[in-house]
Amino acid sequence: MNLKIKYFGVLAEITNCSEETIAYTKGSVSDVLMLLFEKYPTLKETDFQVAQDLEIVSKDTLLLESEIALLPPFSGG
Amino acid sequence: MSRYHRHIVLDEIGQAGQDKISKAKVLVVGAGGLGCPALQYLTAAGIGTIGIIDFDTVEESNLQRQILFGTSSIGINKAIAATKRLEDLNPTINSIAYPEKLTPKNALSLFEDYDIIVDGTDNFSARYLINDAAILTNKPVVYGAIYKFEGQVSVFNYQNGPSYRCLFATPPKEGSVPNCSEIGVLGVLPGIIGTMQANEVLKMVLGFDTVLSGKLFCFNAMTSETITLKIAKSVAEIEKVRSLKEQFSNQSFASYCKFPVAEISVEEAIKLGNNQFIDVRELGEKPTIELPNCIQIPLHTLEHELAQIDSEKNKMLFCKTGIRSKTAVEILQKHNQHNCYSLIGGAETILAHQKLELK
Repeated sequence: MNLKIKYFGVLAEITNCSEETIAYTKGSVSDVLMLLFEKYPTLKETDFQVAQDLEIVSKDTLLLESEIALLPPFSGG
Repeated sequence: MSRYHRHIVLDEIGQAGQDKISKAKVLVVGAGGLGCPALQYLTAAGIGTIGIIDFDTVEESNLQRQILFGTSSIGINKAIAATKRLEDLNPTINSIAYPEKLTPKNALSLFEDYDIIVDGTDNFSARYLINDAAILTNKPVVYGAIYKFEGQVSVFNYQNGPSYRCLFATPPKEGSVPNCSEIGVLGVLPGIIGTMQANEVLKMVLGFDTVLSGKLFCFNAMTSETITLKIAKSVAEIEKVRSLKEQFSNQSFASYCKFPVAEISVEEAIKLGNNQFIDVRELGEKPTIELPNCIQIPLHTLEHELAQIDSEKNKMLFCKTGIRSKTAVEILQKHNQHNCYSLIGGAETILAHQKLELK
């Protein structure tokens, strides 16, 4: 199945894209993060939350064919 | 009063709503990019008492977005300069300047005097301090934050709703988010986000049931895209803050300005690919390393040679042992270069790896 991933803030700079679609079999948020950490090692050093279909979810949430968003904290003001 | 006529004629507000606005007490923490527009609209709307706390002074580079200040405000404390402008905008309200820093020592007693707190700060330590003090004093916080072209807005701690720690439980790893260096921001973005914060304040004061609680609104000024994410409440996180009430005023909300340095082995670096190797040793240092895509920039000249850095590539920095290269990574990160790594073991390890490959 395909998973659409949106990157916000500094994450879009690390991955060099604001969104991408990856092929994904099945598993939890942690599983897909493992894939992304391999692709973008710097991501591992970065704090962010994951949303699935517009809802912030925990790392053990099972991913469905959906859109996920990776959201870092912003501090500027 | 004709000043509020356009509010009063709205069915949703009326004289009763305007009376609520004039009785409200709002504290704005930080009179910067977010605080200025929020203060401007809250003052114009007639919020009865507005507190402004900021220890900083106005600089010329603030004027691109901090719209309460003019050239004549440069060098003046922001809370005081803002109050001066706001007194002219609306002399019927009471605006109070606190030209000091918000600290664990003064936060609780200050928050007690207000109904709503607006977070217009620019660093994580202040944001966690505000969140925790608001939990302890049971005050809602209107949160706004920006990064380059993107902004976030939410209302925390409102009617038993989630807090900032329910979204991001702890401050990011020291320095993993570039917040302290001047990274640049589109001036109009804090204008939009700060104005949305004023909107949330007014919705709460007026008792509307559409407050942005339990939701995080995200805006991208470049694409004009918006997205609203649901946030769940974490009772455990809120209880943790409550349980530390006694120690609160002695707590340290340290700052988070330093970037962590990512280290990588030669094998991992080669596996990763798309690399630019950067030798930061002095010219002539042995052993000589011959690699494709390798340039030499001695550490002390690095800041002047940034044009040679390929931002599209993974920057693999190395020296003799892997110590200077860590400093080099910090320098590049300070200049907003991502994907920078310090090669573990330095030049000797690269040489050993090359010998192994040749066998």
